Amino acid sequence: MMISLGRTVAALSLALFLFSGHSWSIAAEGAITAPPISSIEQALGQVASEDESVRSAAIRLLIEQGDVSLVPRLEEMRANASRSIRQAIKPLMDLLKNRAKLASPDSDVRRSAATDLGSSGNPSVIPWLDAARVNESNKWVRYTMEESVTLLKLASDDPSIIAAAAEKLGELGSQNGVPVLKQLVAAGAVAEATEQQKTVAMAAAAAIVRIESWGAWSNAIETLFRGISLSSILLIMSLGLAIVFGLMGVINMAHGELMMVGAYATFVTQQFFTAWFPSDMFDWYFPVALPVAFLAAAGSGFLLEATVIRFLYGRPLETMLATWGVSLVLMQAARVYFGDLTAVVAPGPLRGGMQVLVGVYLPYNRIFIIALSIICVLGIYFALFKSNLGLRVRAVTQNRNMSACLGIPTRKVDSYTFAFGSGLAGIAGWALTMVGNVDPGLGQNYIVDAFMVVVTGGVGKLAGTIVASLGIGGLNKLIEPSFGAVYGKVFILVMVILFLQWRPSGLFAMKGRNAD
Amino acid sequence: MSDGTADKNRSGGMAFWAVGAILLVVMPLLNILPPEDSWFHLSDFSLNRFGKFLAFGILALGLDLIWGYTGILSLGQGVFFGLGAYCMGMHLMLTIGKESVYGTEMPDFMVWNQVKELPLFWKPFYSFPVAVIGSILVPMAFALVFGFFAFRSRIKGVYFAIITQALALVAWLVFNRNDTNLGGTNGLTDFKQVIGYRLSEPSTQLVLYIITVLCLGASYLFCQWIIRSRAGRVLVAVRDSEKRVVFSGYTPANYKLFVFVVAAALAGLAGMLYAPQVGIITPAQIGVLPSLEMVIWVAVGGRASLAGAVLGAVSVNYGRSVLTNYFPELWPFILGGLFVLVVLLFPDGLIGMMRKAKSLLSRSKPDGGKPVVPAEKAAVLEGKR
Repeated sequence: MMISLGRTVAALSLALFLFSGHSWSIAAEGAITAPPISSIEQALGQVASEDESVRSAAIRLLIEQGDVSLVPRLEEMRANASRSIRQAIKPLMDLLKNRAKLASPDSDVRRSAATDLGSSGNPSVIPWLDAARVNESNKWVRYTMEESVTLLKLASDDPSIIAAAAEKLGELGSQNGVPVLKQLVAAGAVAEATEQQKTVAMAAAAAIVRIESWGAWSNAIETLFRGISLSSILLIMSLGLAIVFGLMGVINMAHGELMMVGAYATFVTQQFFTAWFPSDMFDWYFPVALPVAFLAAAGSGFLLEATVIRFLYGRPLETMLATWGVSLVLMQAARVYFGDLTAVVAPGPLRGGMQVLVGVYLPYNRIFIIALSIICVLGIYFALFKSNLGLRVRAVTQNRNMSACLGIPTRKVDSYTFAFGSGLAGIAGWALTMVGNVDPGLGQNYIVDAFMVVVTGGVGKLAGTIVASLGIGGLNKLIEPSFGAVYGKVFILVMVILFLQWRPSGLFAMKGRNAD
Repeated sequence: MSDGTADKNRSGGMAFWAVGAILLVVMPLLNILPPEDSWFHLSDFSLNRFGKFLAFGILALGLDLIWGYTGILSLGQGVFFGLGAYCMGMHLMLTIGKESVYGTEMPDFMVWNQVKELPLFWKPFYSFPVAVIGSILVPMAFALVFGFFAFRSRIKGVYFAIITQALALVAWLVFNRNDTNLGGTNGLTDFKQVIGYRLSEPSTQLVLYIITVLCLGASYLFCQWIIRSRAGRVLVAVRDSEKRVVFSGYTPANYKLFVFVVAAALAGLAGMLYAPQVGIITPAQIGVLPSLEMVIWVAVGGRASLAGAVLGAVSVNYGRSVLTNYFPELWPFILGGLFVLVVLLFPDGLIGMMRKAKSLLSRSKPDGGKPVVPAEKAAVLEGKR
């Protein structure tokens, strides 16, 4: 491998030397009396030449010896050159620019430069990439550089180099290499293919198999991750809903709009920060928005409980309708007041993502939501099982009358719990600003799924909600790639109905002597 | 049965025929006889719009049966309405024939979507009787399957409401897709004729209006017959205390399934009448929000009152059609406010208010102490206590 690489480099530099010598000799004939100028200057002069061989020789020389400082001058030449020359200069400029980018402090820029160079199809950039790779600190940029070098080697004339490069691509699991490899396989399949072409084709075919099997794996991992991420969103949403349902037997149809309140609270906090604080403190809006969103949603929930739900105690269906009415009002109020164009900019640390394996890329905002859902579950567990209010909530959930007899102020417990559940919706809204736009329909997108989670999970046990949201979120993302999102939803509805045949009151129903 | 109830039934019967006469005779006459500029003239547009509201009234009757009388909140009635409307719409689509924009036998949207051959499930709808029967049978069959599984496993109350809401969402998603060959987001529209009569002719629309009134009347009598039958009493008992019904040796699931299927049939019938009168049916009419709006019709009119259901459907839709004209931004506020207000303050709806007003007026009379709530409603309150 190393030997063949060395050989290529040697061959290339020899070729370049010959070319540059050639152009030098042409120039020398015309300019004997002129003072000696550097070969770069000379090549620059010839780049715009009408003679194609002269021009391409000059371009080669410039690729070999030039750097990014030439770009402005080339730009100038392009401005008043003919179309064919402009077309010839353009790739040269791109290469030079990308070469400069290989030294950029930003790893994403370095990486995209390496990718661009790899797809340039110009083998003379291999030394640049090799040189840059030695000093590269980021693993994935190094990977991309290696991938690009290998891709460029596929354009070589030597079948053994090509076969080695194909094998290397397979080893790297490079999706970018598949089209070229397929061409090689096709070239080996035709009747008049030479023995060498056939060997290359075999290597390429083996590489494709390897790449594709890795692609399937990485897809599976990403699907799993997306499923967990959707499940986490559903979980944060459903937790508040499920606790209130368990306690009061009430489904709050305005839960989605309380989420929307949380999201708009985040948006308002962001606007406040942009207006009143220096821009380097901008990222702080996000942590500040957490309590703001929680309190805004909890406050709205408290009001909702005190003005509407309180009076409908014992009439769950009426409560559903009334809270649906509230949700309509809230949605329209947001639409009228905020309009449709509101977006929250993710704070710096949550932008982008990290690559964990070849082809597996995990965005930070999704990881953040997964972590948040874990924190929420732990927090709720603590609140329900270790705190005084939690004890009362559990008591009222189990037997309202008995708890009242024992002196628990059940109405107060209802009220606080409802506010707490609404606050959780606010947190869900806060988190959702990281993965989507803030718009009045925000709550509607997920709310039916969240209801399904509550129905499937059953009431009274946190575990039911967790398992159900994992199941529904996971199924959703599992089915989506093959059947599409719509049929995924159909499938889930059917599954939930069939599941309820088996467990009519959800996964972890509380046992009791109840005729229902 | 007390004398008071029998008395009420008789006056209810008279009101039924009186309203029937107004809808069936007076309104068409107002449309035909007075000159166009007369104050008494009822325009073709108004009559057509009113026909649409009455079609919604049929749906409200079914919803009242299942929600008002049996206490099952179905948030998926829009689906059955949509199935009925699409069955009729498919027939109307096929009768357009070569009059379509592209001048082919295929419906226009299939030409856009480059569907070469008419899908198999469209073919029976060339026949008008199939479309009419289908638009009632298809929703019934669907409700039968869905209801069988739902009621068998004793899904009830909030759970049932949520499941039917999910059904509405899913149906909306499916009807919106282009690959189901149901017109996608644009739905079915651009109808030209029904059994040879031009839909653009006022006389056709007048006949459609009369058919709607007749269907509404028949549905009303049908629902009344159900409620007064033994089965109707079991339905009310299921609402008031399902447990006791079980212990009395009945199987509530069968009764629930029956009423769910009947409600679906009425919704399908409403959809069938809706499609030719409005001239378009899109997924927007069958989603989560429209299905919920249907519930509010019944709530506004008055639950557990058939006349209330029709009254609610007509008045809410009339209000909507007027208000969205003048204040489009305000309508969601009003609708949402209606949900809250009706549920909180007027649980018996318009009919309940009318009864209350009546009893206030007759308080001076010696027998003014009659209960304001109907007998079955009083039983609920008794049971709750």
